[in-house]
Amino acid sequence: MSHAAAADAHHTSTGLPTWKIGFWTFIGSESLFFGTLISTYMVYKGRSLVGPYPPDVFSIPLTTLSTFVLLMSSLLMVLALNAVQRGDRRGSILWLFGTAFFGAIFLGCQAYEFTHFYHVGLTLQTNLFGSSFFILTGFHGAHVMVGIVWLLILWVMALRGQLGPQDALKVEIAGLYWHFVDVVWIAIFTLVYLLQ
Amino acid sequence: MSFEPGRAETTKVAAAEEHAHPGTRTYLRIALILTVLTAAEVAVIHIPALEAVMVPVLLVLTVAKFSLVVMYYMHLKFDSRIFTGVFVAPLTLAVGVIISLILLFKVLPKYNPW
Amino acid sequence: MAIAQATTHASTKPQTGIWSWITTVDHKRIGILYGVTSLIFLLIGGIEALLIRIQLMRPEMSFLDPDTYNQLFTMHGTTMVFLVGMPIAVAFFNYIIPLQIGARDVAFPRLNALSYWIFLIGGLFMTYSVIAGIAPNVGWFGYAPLTSAQYSPGPNVDFWALGLQILGVASIMGGINFITTIINLRAPGMTLMRMPLFTWMAFVTSFLLITALPVFATGLFFVTFDRAWGTNFYNVAAGADPMLWQHIFWLFGHPEVYILILPGFGIVSEVIPTFSRKPLFGYSIMVYSGILIGFIGWGVWAHHMFAVGMGPIADAFFAASTMIIAIPTGVKIFNWLATMWGGSLRFTTAMLFAVAMVGMFTIGGISGIHHSVAPSNLQQTDTYYVVAHFHYVLIGGLINAIFAGIYYWFPKVTGRLLNETLGKWHFWLFIIGVNMTFFPMHFLGLLGMPRRIFTYPAELGLADMNMVVTIGAFIQAISVLIFLANVLRSVKRGELAGPNPWGGLTLEWAIPSPPPVYNFTAIPEVRSREPLWAEPESIEKQLKEASPEGIHMPGPSFWPLVVAIGIFLSMALFMVDAWWAPLVGVLLTFFGVVNWAFEKN
Repeated sequence: MSHAAAADAHHTSTGLPTWKIGFWTFIGSESLFFGTLISTYMVYKGRSLVGPYPPDVFSIPLTTLSTFVLLMSSLLMVLALNAVQRGDRRGSILWLFGTAFFGAIFLGCQAYEFTHFYHVGLTLQTNLFGSSFFILTGFHGAHVMVGIVWLLILWVMALRGQLGPQDALKVEIAGLYWHFVDVVWIAIFTLVYLLQ
Repeated sequence: MSFEPGRAETTKVAAAEEHAHPGTRTYLRIALILTVLTAAEVAVIHIPALEAVMVPVLLVLTVAKFSLVVMYYMHLKFDSRIFTGVFVAPLTLAVGVIISLILLFKVLPKYNPW
Repeated sequence: MAIAQATTHASTKPQTGIWSWITTVDHKRIGILYGVTSLIFLLIGGIEALLIRIQLMRPEMSFLDPDTYNQLFTMHGTTMVFLVGMPIAVAFFNYIIPLQIGARDVAFPRLNALSYWIFLIGGLFMTYSVIAGIAPNVGWFGYAPLTSAQYSPGPNVDFWALGLQILGVASIMGGINFITTIINLRAPGMTLMRMPLFTWMAFVTSFLLITALPVFATGLFFVTFDRAWGTNFYNVAAGADPMLWQHIFWLFGHPEVYILILPGFGIVSEVIPTFSRKPLFGYSIMVYSGILIGFIGWGVWAHHMFAVGMGPIADAFFAASTMIIAIPTGVKIFNWLATMWGGSLRFTTAMLFAVAMVGMFTIGGISGIHHSVAPSNLQQTDTYYVVAHFHYVLIGGLINAIFAGIYYWFPKVTGRLLNETLGKWHFWLFIIGVNMTFFPMHFLGLLGMPRRIFTYPAELGLADMNMVVTIGAFIQAISVLIFLANVLRSVKRGELAGPNPWGGLTLEWAIPSPPPVYNFTAIPEVRSREPLWAEPESIEKQLKEASPEGIHMPGPSFWPLVVAIGIFLSMALFMVDAWWAPLVGVLLTFFGVVNWAFEKN
């Protein structure tokens, strides 16, 4: 690895990009944040005193669809990174936008779901299920939102031709964030929706 | 977000690693597996015969999906183990928090002798 | 390397003026800012303690009314933990880590500045509530459901929940920064097992920061949402379990204890070898025991909760894990003693404080073992025995180590030595004061004096001991004033130190005092654990032969301050009765982050 360090004008002990180490550490930290949110949901599962309860409101087909969309957005994200690393400008533009677009579809499903729940009488204040469900999935949705804005900024840079192979690390780190948000959803899908 | 990749910190290292990263074909294959696993998850909850083993099966499928994304899409399988270390150490604690809180609130009270 | 990302044209000359401090990204300046700020908060927290002690001096005093008393003990605890203990350790991390590992700055200099500004603003926000008389009054651990809008309708709890939320953001960012710095910016040849022990303990502490703080943040979000949006997380009427908060709080709270004490272990592990002229005894055992403490520290949290009725299985588990964690801690105590054994000891003020730390921390550790025995704990909980225990740990362990560190590294930071005569006065008065204050508390607690009660009846017969405690507290206060006088005097007129006044063994002593902006003319190659004892000629040669020409340092930036204000508003505006108010802060944060990301130098 020392050859990589030597190639760089500056010294690093591992030859690894500093930003990437920092960002992985941040993702580790985020795991504890979502871990606590998921714990709270699990602890309060089945303890609500009044309805609606999860089986009354959940629509597994809709959530399966949005889960699939988010999974596929992760595929588009790795394709975007590949395109940027190869210097494929058209591919970069297409896949970056595609990832953000799929993320937006996911958020749209979530907005639809939240509105639907609201209309059948489930709000933040209704019961323990409402509080722990909306706060857990809401924080996840907020993360998706941040990711979409981030991807769109990269997309604009790609459109302007400011995103060449030398900027691959920027896309890689955005990708790490995006995939992390995806794996959090993989856990939420099972623990919240499937294990009712 | 307070993180942005640096300007002068170019991606020479990342570029050097690039050849180690899997190609489009692998990515597509992983996407296919993820789709199949998700379909299996949804199928499991609808098959009455599997009700007894539903929880462990779902957990195994979820861990499989989680690991595939982290190892292939996030490149941990191919990257330096330092990245795995700074991620997996906190992740272990997070899983520990979830398991111990479920034990403390849901399981242990059932075994309380008084 | 990340440092280069905000590169300007070799701004290697020290800058002056207030604007240069506001826009600074130099780890040394940020370290000084952290240190000075947390010393000011130490005075505020100390004054709060003195007011508490005046009230408790005699039975049935009416110096403070009960509500003010509640505010003062809550803010004394909160201030000392979050605004003194953590940031003063971060001050040392900032200043010392890059120098010890041979780096020019931390991995993310602007993020470092951001951490400081968030800490400062969050600290001022919480301190404002004290001055305005609307300070948090629910204890530093804010047990649910006392923190709910129903039982605490005023703004007091908001200052606590939101203030700590803001401070947590700074700590997580700091943790990420130090972990990355230590992994990636070590000098060539400095393997992990050649790192100075202070840096090692900072590394473990940083992992605890990035893991424990998010748990706390989640619990605090629940408090805030319960209060602002009417969620039910701690609403017993909706079936919620208040134990959830206790678990979340102590899941954070116990690693937090090690966040406070491990930096102290690190400092003492630097000071004792230097003044014993002996390498640290059992270096690798010291490293592993530090890691083990950090790890087991995650599995003992519920020993704070024996009295709430978790059942015998949980009680037994947490009692056992708590006893186990005493083993790696005891290992450290014995290794410090073995380091001193047979060494040529020099009892400078720094060394005196380090030795006092070993002794007094042991007392606190032993009373901690008493708490681990669940049945005995039921007798001690919520009495002054507990107060005695954690003050021996945090003053005996942390503050003694901090003073040792200040006397040790002050010459590196300022170029001048602290006065040793005043230092000895400071030390002896402090040690006498601390032991007079906290030793009698063991007896007060066992005799049944409860914590957090604003007075006590004369018939209990506790008056005389309480008088001794209060006198001890004032002796501590006098000693701290002597310390401050020493600092103010020595900054200007202290004896010139030179690069290595103590014969130190780590890399920071190889460069001038105070260090130049770029720290090292060349990053030296290291071949041993004690570079300045084992290979001084080689290090000196490497540094002498290089010139600072062409070293690129990160340029100043005011975007960290803008983002800090944005993050502050996105939390603090939860106090406004409009659901969209925090979004104002979110937008400002976004504006700041984008400008930061695209900042051209």
